[in-house]
Amino acid sequence: MSGKQVKQLDRVVIRFAGDSGDGMQLTGARFTSDTALLGNDLSTLPNFPAEIRAPQGTLPGVSSFQLHFADHDVLTPGDAPDVLVAMNPAALKANLRDLPRGATVIVDTDEFSKRNLAKVGYAANPLEDGSLESFHVHALGLTSITVAALVDLDLTRKEKERAKNMFALGLLSWMYHRPTDGTESFLHAKFGRSPELLAANLTALHAGWNYGETTEDFAVSYEVAPAPMPSGLYRNITGNTALAYGLVVGARRAGRPLVLGSYPITPASDVLHTLSGLKRFGVTTMQCEDEIAGVGAALGASFGGAVGVTTTSGPGVALKSETIGLAVSLELPLVVCDIQRGGPSTGLPTKTEQSDLLQAMFGRNGEAPVAVVAPCSPADNFTMALEAVRIATTYRTPVLLLSDGYLANGSEPWRIPALADLPEMHVQLATEPNTITGDGVPAFQPYLRDPQTLARPWAVPGTPDLEHRIGGIEKADGTGNISYDPDNHDRMVHLRQAKIDGIAASIGDLEVDDPTGDADVLVLGWGSTYGPITAAVRAVRARGGTVARAHLRHLNPFPANTEKVLRGYRTVLVPEMNLGQLGLLLRAKFLVDVTGYNQVRGLPFSTSELIEAISTAIAASQPAATDSVAPVAPEQEAS
Amino acid sequence: MTTQAIGHTHGLAQVPLLEPGEPKQTKKDFTSDQEVRWCPGCGDYAVLATMQGFLPELGLKRENIVFISGIGCSSRFPYYMNTYGVHSIHGRAPAIATGLAVSRPDLSIWVITGDGDALSIGGNHLIHALRRNVNLKILLFNNRIYGLTKGQYSPTSEVGKVTKSTPLGSVDTPFNPVSLALGAEASFVARTLDSDRKHLSEVLRRAAEHRGTALVEIYQNCPIFNDGAFAVLKDPEQAPMRLLRLTDGEPITAGTDAEESVVVRTDAGSLEVVPRAEADPSRIIRHDPHATDPSQQFAIARLDGPSMAHVPVGIFRDVARPTYDDLVRAQVDDAVSSGGGTPTDDDIAALLAGPDTWTVSDRGAVGEHQTARA
Repeated sequence: MSGKQVKQLDRVVIRFAGDSGDGMQLTGARFTSDTALLGNDLSTLPNFPAEIRAPQGTLPGVSSFQLHFADHDVLTPGDAPDVLVAMNPAALKANLRDLPRGATVIVDTDEFSKRNLAKVGYAANPLEDGSLESFHVHALGLTSITVAALVDLDLTRKEKERAKNMFALGLLSWMYHRPTDGTESFLHAKFGRSPELLAANLTALHAGWNYGETTEDFAVSYEVAPAPMPSGLYRNITGNTALAYGLVVGARRAGRPLVLGSYPITPASDVLHTLSGLKRFGVTTMQCEDEIAGVGAALGASFGGAVGVTTTSGPGVALKSETIGLAVSLELPLVVCDIQRGGPSTGLPTKTEQSDLLQAMFGRNGEAPVAVVAPCSPADNFTMALEAVRIATTYRTPVLLLSDGYLANGSEPWRIPALADLPEMHVQLATEPNTITGDGVPAFQPYLRDPQTLARPWAVPGTPDLEHRIGGIEKADGTGNISYDPDNHDRMVHLRQAKIDGIAASIGDLEVDDPTGDADVLVLGWGSTYGPITAAVRAVRARGGTVARAHLRHLNPFPANTEKVLRGYRTVLVPEMNLGQLGLLLRAKFLVDVTGYNQVRGLPFSTSELIEAISTAIAASQPAATDSVAPVAPEQEAS
Repeated sequence: MTTQAIGHTHGLAQVPLLEPGEPKQTKKDFTSDQEVRWCPGCGDYAVLATMQGFLPELGLKRENIVFISGIGCSSRFPYYMNTYGVHSIHGRAPAIATGLAVSRPDLSIWVITGDGDALSIGGNHLIHALRRNVNLKILLFNNRIYGLTKGQYSPTSEVGKVTKSTPLGSVDTPFNPVSLALGAEASFVARTLDSDRKHLSEVLRRAAEHRGTALVEIYQNCPIFNDGAFAVLKDPEQAPMRLLRLTDGEPITAGTDAEESVVVRTDAGSLEVVPRAEADPSRIIRHDPHATDPSQQFAIARLDGPSMAHVPVGIFRDVARPTYDDLVRAQVDDAVSSGGGTPTDDDIAALLAGPDTWTVSDRGAVGEHQTARA
């Protein structure tokens, strides 16, 4: 490489930021794919506005994509970017406060016009007034260089300008020694039918690479060695894709067709999109007239013997509540995927939050228990989708799967499992009468339960001699006929609860990561906080602290040993992106005090804030102050 | 089913029939062991009896028949049918039935609903079922009142209806379910009466034969909260003068030979009912339920008013149109067959891998990249 200096790095955090229309999500996703192919471990955080095209060049219109990649195990998208690519003044202004001193900033000077600066309230040009002195700034005319590189193409200026994201990608690919062949294949597939646009994007990509290679401004490039990972075949995968694939494979393992009823909602729509593209795998998808119809169609399909699934976010779950209650009463399989976002109401549609746990647990009329599971990372969506299908079909119950915006859009390398290694599911449909009446005639009772699982038989229409009627009115135990008998209702309410509680027998224990075995503090998380919590725990240990860690992926029922684990520690710290919903459940169920660490900023926890929270908890759990961990300034404590 | 055949086959084409030699069904075969608990004199009894008596005619395997209802008096219907059934939640039966119909072409699916269930809380699902043309038979029991909640006005109650919730009279304009359905792109729309077993049976038969959503409005008497709502249409003297019988290809008439009314097209293009004797023969229209253009069917649907001076009954519209469930299944079937048939484990493995994979060897080093060019 032209004799330029090459430095080795162990980790890098890059943030691409620009206008919503600048293609930053695409740029980030392509850089991620090329990085995954190099064998780095990685984690990503797309962050974009709810508006499709907010007014151009404004702060609300800024869209960004952050990527953390390393030569070791990566758990979070990184707290602070080492490199910021800012396509306009708004992107610079919106992201500058996250940059540590010494960070690299690459800006498109063509966008730093008086008008654009004024739009975001810059009185002076920050590229000229010295305010960026503590950063390493590469100011280049990204747009004009791109347009110049495409001079021979028969395209409008606007069309040429649109290729500037590929120029930026090419430049960054040079800086970090990323291969570009994956992106080239992608461009061939995307623009195969319009040769001029394909040429523009490929030329811009190569021009960006060559710009780094040849100009004085970029004197150094960087290498990040592959991370050691367990052997196997890998791919990069987002949470929503992993969820869709998990549902497909889950239904296949259950031996039942997959039927999705859904309604578009951010950030769940990509699951609908992905499954809609999988008809070749026998998947049926329906975009219904509303959220209620989506879950209704899924439940109707389940009555017919399919694995009925609906995908949504918090506001959709609110609308589906009555039907989920019906499914509790009908005792049919149903998988409800809630890709949580900031609430209440419309809230923060494109931002992440974990505030639907109590809605999932209790958001229905009557005593209506359901199983609740939550993946802990993007790829874990695959595993937990399978688990949701297993529980739903085995126990004939609705299962709420709680993902969130961070897991849905974030991505990580995934070791692709061999199908033979996945859990077996033994789903049996009822085929014959299950009892004999007083006068010796074989009969079918739709609510005669399996003594082990308490599941009722799944007898689908088309099965002779098993005709039966079910509904939302309370049913007599066994026969399923309408019953208003007080004792029967009491028994049925308890049976439905006992069935859900009994799922605990089929799930593993809560595993605790406590290497020294003498920690006073346990950090207990659920859902997408796994990455930041684990990273923070590692960092605390590296600084000499002693702390244990556990993560719940089954929220209802909890693993059988949960109370025992909680009672083993002086302090249980529960970080959540809500005001303490898991904390409330743990206290109510086990009478164990827990300490919440709560944040609802629409963003995942940063590792550094959790390091502080854990350090504070360790210090507080030891009456005699120790110096084993770094002290934390009180004003930095959150919540 | 080939794409060409979609929309032009019998409504029950894929529903299994009784085997030759199997005993003929009777009304008793469709009567469940549950005690019927409607109020004495409720019109629902007559519809139930007609349905139980009519179904043996179809000769279907009983286990392939499903009744799905919402909430309301009439929605208890499934409990009394010895078939598969779901008594679901208020207004949502069409949505649940759609999911079942799409995934199970081998079922004959009947939705039981009322004027509140279908047109108020469930209005959205009804119009979307109709426009999609899902292979469902929707029986809308219209008694123009909320019965199960003890007598509030409904979306089909006449303006000025005095009920517990409208002591000074209701002020909102009612829906005409037939013209609503026609406006919602329905492919089959009919109206009949609870007490006219012969007419009801004939309409049910035509609905069952139709492939697609069939909306059948059944005027049904609630003897407790809205007794006599349709009395003038059942009174032996008045009924013949008021009921405009719709017959395929025939003029639309009411009354007796001596005193017959007929539907004519006016100079302005609208329809009106005039005495036969005064009618210009060239202006007498003939009913065509199979016309693709619904304009005349819609105009017929608007002939009745609050006084029920003339009320059309029969099949307003019956046109062939591809059904949603057939089309959805065809897309899946085509994708499966063009993808090489039932997916194998290798196909699933390829799906999971996607176009970009890399291999990590036992030594932890990155092996060969595999990038497939799409």
